[in-house]
Amino acid sequence: MNKIEINQLNLWYGQFQALHDIVLDIPENEVTAFIGPSGCGKSTLIKSLNRMNDLVDHCQVKGEVLFNGTDIYRMSDPVSALRKKIGMVFQQPNPFPKSIYDNVAYGPRTHGIKDRKTLDTIVEKSLRGAAVWEEVKDILNKSALSVSGGQQQRICIARALAVQPEVLLMDEPTSALDPISTAKIEELIINLKKNYTIVMVTHNMQQASRISDQTAFFYNGRIIETDRTERLFTRPAKQQTADYVSGRFG
Amino acid sequence: MQYNDKLNLKKLDQDLITVNKKKKKVQKIGMENWMKGIFFMCAVFSISSIVFMIYFIFSSGIPFITEYGVARFLTGTTWAPSNTPGSYGILPMMIGSILVTGGATLIGMPIGILTAVFMAAYCPPELYKILKAAVNLMAAIPSILYGFFALQFIVPFMREVAGGTGMNMMTAMILLGLMILPTIISLSEAALRAVPRSYYEGSLALGTTHEKTVLSVMVPAAKSGIISSVILGIGRAIGETMAVVLIAGNQPIIPDSLFSGVRTLTTNIVLEMAYAQGEHKEALIATAAVLFLFILMINSLFLYVKKKRG
Amino acid sequence: MGSKWIKIAVYLSAGITFAALLFMVMFIFIKGIPYLSLDLFSWEYTTENQSLLPSLLTTLIVVGLTLLIAAPIGIFTSFYLVEYASKTSKFVSAIRMAVDTLAAVPSIVYGLFGMIFYVTFLGFQYSVAAGVLTSVIMILPIIIRSTEEALFSVSDTLREASYGLGAGKLRTIFRVVLPAAMPSILSGLILASGRVIGETAALMYTLGTSTHLPSGLFSSGRTLALHMYVLASEGLYVDKAYATGAVLIILVIVINSVATLLSQTTIKETVK
Repeated sequence: MNKIEINQLNLWYGQFQALHDIVLDIPENEVTAFIGPSGCGKSTLIKSLNRMNDLVDHCQVKGEVLFNGTDIYRMSDPVSALRKKIGMVFQQPNPFPKSIYDNVAYGPRTHGIKDRKTLDTIVEKSLRGAAVWEEVKDILNKSALSVSGGQQQRICIARALAVQPEVLLMDEPTSALDPISTAKIEELIINLKKNYTIVMVTHNMQQASRISDQTAFFYNGRIIETDRTERLFTRPAKQQTADYVSGRFG
Repeated sequence: MQYNDKLNLKKLDQDLITVNKKKKKVQKIGMENWMKGIFFMCAVFSISSIVFMIYFIFSSGIPFITEYGVARFLTGTTWAPSNTPGSYGILPMMIGSILVTGGATLIGMPIGILTAVFMAAYCPPELYKILKAAVNLMAAIPSILYGFFALQFIVPFMREVAGGTGMNMMTAMILLGLMILPTIISLSEAALRAVPRSYYEGSLALGTTHEKTVLSVMVPAAKSGIISSVILGIGRAIGETMAVVLIAGNQPIIPDSLFSGVRTLTTNIVLEMAYAQGEHKEALIATAAVLFLFILMINSLFLYVKKKRG
Repeated sequence: MGSKWIKIAVYLSAGITFAALLFMVMFIFIKGIPYLSLDLFSWEYTTENQSLLPSLLTTLIVVGLTLLIAAPIGIFTSFYLVEYASKTSKFVSAIRMAVDTLAAVPSIVYGLFGMIFYVTFLGFQYSVAAGVLTSVIMILPIIIRSTEEALFSVSDTLREASYGLGAGKLRTIFRVVLPAAMPSILSGLILASGRVIGETAALMYTLGTSTHLPSGLFSSGRTLALHMYVLASEGLYVDKAYATGAVLIILVIVINSVATLLSQTTIKETVK
């Protein structure tokens, strides 16, 4: 079953066309990886899945993005309702300058949960879900900025999980982290896909091949090839893809 | 022989060059030191004139206070320099300054901070340029103009509403609330703009609205900058003189209502300094010393907040 | 609090702020500009014709003289603090704190000091000299602070490049640092002169309020702002006060625009 279906999506920043005729299905409870050289449009596409590109001036979108069968660019719900269901984790860990607890509780509080007990449960569940509970359970009242980068990123993942999204978008979630933290997050992603649909952008091809089920290769704002990950990396259909995954790309 | 001469000439040339070079270097180093000396003298002059002024105010003010009695001066409620002997209690003026400044802060703070929020998070870029210039203009308009405007507009309005002369504490609060707006707005706006954009995006990505994000992420993150702006605004309000003297009524009494006249520490000085002599003059300098202490306290508070942030 | 209410509060506050400013400026313009007659710009102030020309010229004289003294002293002080003194020295941080404090001291304190020290103690009487020297101390902290900020904003790589070419400290300061920092320094100077132009509390009992053009350094005069204060507090010539106010606002707008333009040139140059 497909969680998200993208049909003929074109996107412009002012005069510049950043995405051309994107067609892609994102299956439920799988990890979909976007790979490709810098500036090829993969971050742009991931941002257009929860409409974070609304924040960019002069950004124009044509085509459809169906989430659970509804076009997110023509829906009647406010965009905040969409972002509640499609969570996002950023390249740089970006915890708020608040305590760890308040960071994770921020989303649920925004959406109207005030009861302390319920919040406690959500915070613990989310931090456990992000595999960081054991490390921070005694320092929940300390500033989220005081822990390591890897822990910050997992707190940000917990913060995203706390609003109970259906999809998690991750824009190069490990590019700012050390190898040990990266391994922890990769393991976490594999565990998360049981309950969530995950879309991630990565520069690291080993990472894509290790943890994703489906991979899309981007070049110059177009998807060159999409396939099951093991096939795309071993028997790509297009020469360009083969060049890129084997590292022969200029 | 000729050959030798040539050699000598060459050597002479070289000697000359080294001498010139040395001379130039000596000149250069002399100039460097001279100018460094001049810069240093300027620094010493600036600092000593500043220090001298502080010393002057305190050294002429404190003897009077100790002679007259610290408690009598600070807690006395009667200011009557023309009595014999004159009584110099500045409590009414201290209370006046605190009340007027407090009221101005109550008016100016919410409006100022929310306007800064508007500038930083709501205002379209085309409008922003104009509004930014407007805030700068607001900061640069001389206080006498604010005072004159209040005299011609707020005072008659107050007269209609509250009766009396219209020159009262409420008028002063409104006027000062208006005057501290540019300080609060421009510094709070700068603090809000310094909040990393990733906080904003992080919050939106959790499905939070723009409004909630601004209020529960950006404003708390800019908290210390916003507090500093309010402290500086308070400093401006407590130090304002000529605008207040036009519209506050200036009675040296402890105000008993929002619509009673009021005299502040600053206006107390300016009202009487033209003719004060002897003890009376010393009492005014002592008033300035107390005002200075108020400013020092406000400034230390400001430095404390700034340090905590840095 | 609902999002809607937050939004309403934000828009309302911004509305109040800018409506108040616009209203105040328009109020003074509408009531003042009709009275801006040629008479107001005649050479002599008389009881029949309260000309503002003498005070306008006095303003220029006072501002000019003040800058002439304060600008070099202030700028050189910043040179010393930023380019020579050791960055970690306690002395420098003490100076910096003193300067910060002085920038927050109310003008009336400067006025009182100026009156007692220059006017009475040194026997200058109400005079241009006393007014200017009081203004000098008042704007020194402003000039030092803005110049320091301007110097700090010049990247160290520029200084290193100049030293790397064998230039001395002095040459580096005057040929490399100063040109790069000049627009910001100038805009600081202009804002400082704005403070003198608008000043009343510090000048009333130092410069005095004589209605005539000062005949020398030791003769009294009044600046435009003082002129306006006297007109406003006497309450006899309210129309003239409005007209003077309009001139004052125009002056402030011009000064602000120049300062903004200058600081924008810095931004452009650094971007390049």
